[in-house]
Amino acid sequence: MDTTIFLFLLQDGVINGAVYALVAIALVLVFAVTRVIFVPQGEFVAFAALTVAALEHGIAPSTPWLLLALGILAAISDIVWHFRDLTWKRILRIAVFDLALPVALLLLTQALAPMKLGQVVNILLAIALITPMGPMIYRIAFEPLAHSTVLVLLMAAFGVHFSLIGLGLVFFGPEGSGTTPLSSASFSLGDLVVTGQSVAVLIVTAVLLVLFALFFGRTLLGKALRACSSNRIGARLVGIPTSVAGQFSFAIAALLGAVSGILVGPLMTVFYDSGFLIGLKAFVAAIIGGLVSYPLTVIAALGVGFAEALFSFWASNFKEVLVFTLIIPVLAWRSIYAPYHEESE
Amino acid sequence: MTAPLLDVRDLCVAYGRAEVVHNVSIKVTEGALVTVIGANGAGKTTLLNALMGLLNARGTIAFRDKPITTVSLEARVQQGLCLVPERRELFADMPVEDNLLLGGIRRSRAERNQTLEQVFAQFPRLKERRQQLAGTLSGGERQMLAMGRALMARPRLLMLDEPSLGLAPRIVRDIFQILTELRASGVSILLVEQNARAALQVADYAYVMELGAITTQGSPAEIAQDARLVESYLGLGGNDY
Repeated sequence: MDTTIFLFLLQDGVINGAVYALVAIALVLVFAVTRVIFVPQGEFVAFAALTVAALEHGIAPSTPWLLLALGILAAISDIVWHFRDLTWKRILRIAVFDLALPVALLLLTQALAPMKLGQVVNILLAIALITPMGPMIYRIAFEPLAHSTVLVLLMAAFGVHFSLIGLGLVFFGPEGSGTTPLSSASFSLGDLVVTGQSVAVLIVTAVLLVLFALFFGRTLLGKALRACSSNRIGARLVGIPTSVAGQFSFAIAALLGAVSGILVGPLMTVFYDSGFLIGLKAFVAAIIGGLVSYPLTVIAALGVGFAEALFSFWASNFKEVLVFTLIIPVLAWRSIYAPYHEESE
Repeated sequence: MTAPLLDVRDLCVAYGRAEVVHNVSIKVTEGALVTVIGANGAGKTTLLNALMGLLNARGTIAFRDKPITTVSLEARVQQGLCLVPERRELFADMPVEDNLLLGGIRRSRAERNQTLEQVFAQFPRLKERRQQLAGTLSGGERQMLAMGRALMARPRLLMLDEPSLGLAPRIVRDIFQILTELRASGVSILLVEQNARAALQVADYAYVMELGAITTQGSPAEIAQDARLVESYLGLGGNDY
């Protein structure tokens, strides 16, 4: 391997790693706040990319219908679980968030899609369609199990994953799509050709990570989410509504997933089930970060991306296997050195 | 006669099929410091957890004349009920100041900042250590932080579970001195303690809990006259904590 190839692989690895970092950060956040290992995080990535791809072709995507289906399920779930203490405030929230919002987005998408208003509108619309799915999924599948063990929540997460894969096939079909790069510019750096898309991925990821750090470090809402992960009972005792915290963390996860999808769309052909592999590689990074440390997770995600690039050069047939093998020494190391935590709730 | 601030009637709490609190009835009037004393395993912590909504219970709990038995924990906090648990349950990886600010998360920013200054005035040690991580504090400081965090919510009723547990006698004296000051400032307090001598010295009214049931109640002076209770809980020593 000469320097040019190495630099090319490094660029490739950093770009993929940056996307994995966003997905992995979402996984760590969701786990920290709700103890859910959110297996279906990758589905947000795939659905966002497919939504943008449809909009670019002037076709109204099926995403709003999926959102409406989730909204109806969330509304039914809420009514069933809170039947005895159903207040007008809750009914209004269900009507606005679960029904009116998806219908409004459905009408907006149907109206805007044929106009082909450009990349910015497509991206904003995709983010608006994907982000509310997070809290809806939390309310349908995880809120009723909020006090269960991590293992039960993991099984529920797999259930949601398989359901979303099935729904993805129904709503988006089996065909794959790619999207237009955020920037078609490119420039040379020595022997290396750097694409505008690569730069865009790095800038967007860096900006999001800085915003993420500011949100959790400086705002009381961010600190409240951290408090939920630091001590769930303590958080409840000071009156932080853990359900709202859970929904908020899922909304951020869906947002990060949507942005990842927009970034990854131009880099590969995305199918309805492509998100699983992306999520799984991000999971490797999240595990290396101990499902706790955000900086370590970002570094690990970049490492996973680079390792994947190297493996695809050396042994492309085995690159997925080799990437997932990275998790074994980390688990062995953690099982020896990490302290054992008994579940307190 | 005005209704008590907290009125608990025939409360039963069970872990699965095993009932550990049986038909407990207690009252806390506005501005009073009421204590529940009893030996380890008597069901005191279970009682407090049920009052706070951490555990399900049968019976009736009325707070400020409204039934709250089926109300969620978060809603109880909003209504002015606060618990300082035995294990403190602090946010160990966050600074003292953030722990306190989160205690007042349901309050407006202005109210929160004002209460923070009041808590710092009450606990000057916390002000000195405002940027220190909660997990690095000493046992006494953690207890003060747990109390300060609860006070940030401006509770109508502050419930404390064994605040003296694991603390040096001098620190226990400080903590009980602060409790007396809090009571004097108008905060109603329900104190659950194994350290019966210390609790009775500051309380207006006391309940004795044995094997999950209230067996005796009365003023601290009346409790102190019961020979069996004196032998069981107060010993024959002096008046010190």
